[in-house]
Amino acid sequence: MLKREGEVRIPSGCAISAIIDRDGTRFSGADIIESIALMHDRSNGLGGGFAAYGIYPEHKEYYAFHIFYDDNDARVRTEEFLFRHFDIETFEQIPTRKVKSIRHAPLIWRYFGMVPQSKMRKNDYDADEYTARCVIRINNTITGAFVFSSGKNMGAFKAVGYPEDVGEYYMLDDYKAHTWTAHGRFPTNTPGWWGGAHPFTLLDWSIVHNGEISSYDANRRYVEQFGYKCNLQTDTEVITYLFDLLVRRQGLTLETAAKVLAAPEWDVIDRMPDEEREICTALRAVYSGALINGPFSILVGFKHGILALNDRLKLRSLIQAKKGSKTYFASEESAIRVICPDPEYIEAVDGGTPVFIPFAEVTD
Amino acid sequence: MKIVTAGKSSFRTLNAEVREALETENDVRIEDVNGQRYIGAGLDRGKRLEVHGTPGNDMGAYLNGGAIEVFGNGQEAVGNTMGGGSITVHGHVGDTLGYAMRDGEIYVEKRAGSRAGIHMKEFREMQPVVVIGGTVGAFLGEYMAGGTLLVLGLEKHPDRPIVGAHCATGMHGGRIFVRGDVPEENVSEHISVLRPGEKDLADLDRFVREYCARFGKDFDAIMQVPFQKLVPTTSRPYANLYTPN
Repeated sequence: MLKREGEVRIPSGCAISAIIDRDGTRFSGADIIESIALMHDRSNGLGGGFAAYGIYPEHKEYYAFHIFYDDNDARVRTEEFLFRHFDIETFEQIPTRKVKSIRHAPLIWRYFGMVPQSKMRKNDYDADEYTARCVIRINNTITGAFVFSSGKNMGAFKAVGYPEDVGEYYMLDDYKAHTWTAHGRFPTNTPGWWGGAHPFTLLDWSIVHNGEISSYDANRRYVEQFGYKCNLQTDTEVITYLFDLLVRRQGLTLETAAKVLAAPEWDVIDRMPDEEREICTALRAVYSGALINGPFSILVGFKHGILALNDRLKLRSLIQAKKGSKTYFASEESAIRVICPDPEYIEAVDGGTPVFIPFAEVTD
Repeated sequence: MKIVTAGKSSFRTLNAEVREALETENDVRIEDVNGQRYIGAGLDRGKRLEVHGTPGNDMGAYLNGGAIEVFGNGQEAVGNTMGGGSITVHGHVGDTLGYAMRDGEIYVEKRAGSRAGIHMKEFREMQPVVVIGGTVGAFLGEYMAGGTLLVLGLEKHPDRPIVGAHCATGMHGGRIFVRGDVPEENVSEHISVLRPGEKDLADLDRFVREYCARFGKDFDAIMQVPFQKLVPTTSRPYANLYTPN
């Protein structure tokens, strides 16, 4: 069985990076690999990963499931479930390249599936909700199987290893995306396993995170009331579910969701104009269980764009840069300059201040 | 002057090469720097480094009297725990500039991130100075115990105040000078905002002249705006945080 995370405490940090082409032009994974590779020393070889948006235009109407299996037996049981719950258009092993440092790989498959009409008629919820429930069910009931990506026209690629090796392993230079995010892991508190590498995903949500969520357990209890299961013992997982809950299920805007997660401090709220003060007070009261405490910088990818967010006390570095139609984020300025030597704009992202970069409408 | 090219080499390789060059030379130029950490760490008096590119975190950590001049932007923790010497950055820097700095001087042409001067301290003749030409982020001078921080705010940012929130939180020694008005809501409790005294004005004159000399700026123009002085009202701001006495 895949070793899930245990009890050993390993304190330290991580690296994150992202590139978005706001015009929707797709480009290979070479640049994002170069950016995250520059921050090699921020991770320790126990996890690296990427999320790529716009990579499957030929299957863009289908949910793309990326799944780790411990063994063939887990695959057979999962496929039995998948083929019963989805119309699977095509499936295959995800192509990988031999990389010396990437070892103990599980079986890695992908499936492109659509929710059958018959299932839709039976349920009072939509295809996204149906799919999310199926993903949660596989991850919690089928031993040895782990769905690590389930969005449309996007995919996560992750492994135990340094991120640049993970990028080479999955041959990301062969994919073209309009948005890439990347993560180099230095596991805090727990050792790493393949599923525990970032990004953490559900549907088209993907999160890469540098930091540590000290409110994890309060947040976990909160989202579990809504049917999510946090069993990875990894704090980032809960952020993914918070965004899915607040934005997809409850219909908050991304900016409002960001205000819930990194809520303004009470003395800042006290100084706000009446209407804004009332809204922020209500948000803090209603969503106290969704407030994230602790040091974090996160990059959230989803179907409408990318959101960068720092904790309110600015305990992690995060830099934003722009050049032409591209926007860049990285934990360190040098990781942007190595792929974009002369940005037109380069600034730190302020604590508690969300930066949202929407995608352009992508036409294929 | 000996030249070392950094490129993509690891920080260990680069710093070993630089140290080797410094054994026979007093001046070394490092070109094409891409985020390598710990450049110039512990650099001794009489030695000088010229850095081109983007030096990585903890540049000039434990600086021991040497001089570093950066043509580019610094990242996090420039001058971390430096004990003397001089750092000049022709650009901006990231968070925790001059972290726990004990002596020497840092001049940054443009802005600095959050927590500049955190835990700075002084002891008798050891009087560290940090001069920031642009604006600064949140928590300027957090837990500051000594030394001098000076913020000029020359390049205003449309969305940012000259000094970010929680300025001087836990400050219990030293002094912060800010050119122009300090947003009141950003100044922490136990901090007094005063007009600089005579000795302060003499020091300000010296620091601003030095800033102008290093970056080619107009001294008179800068001095037209009055300065504010921030000092702690108590040397023990948290004495009664958990107990009444």
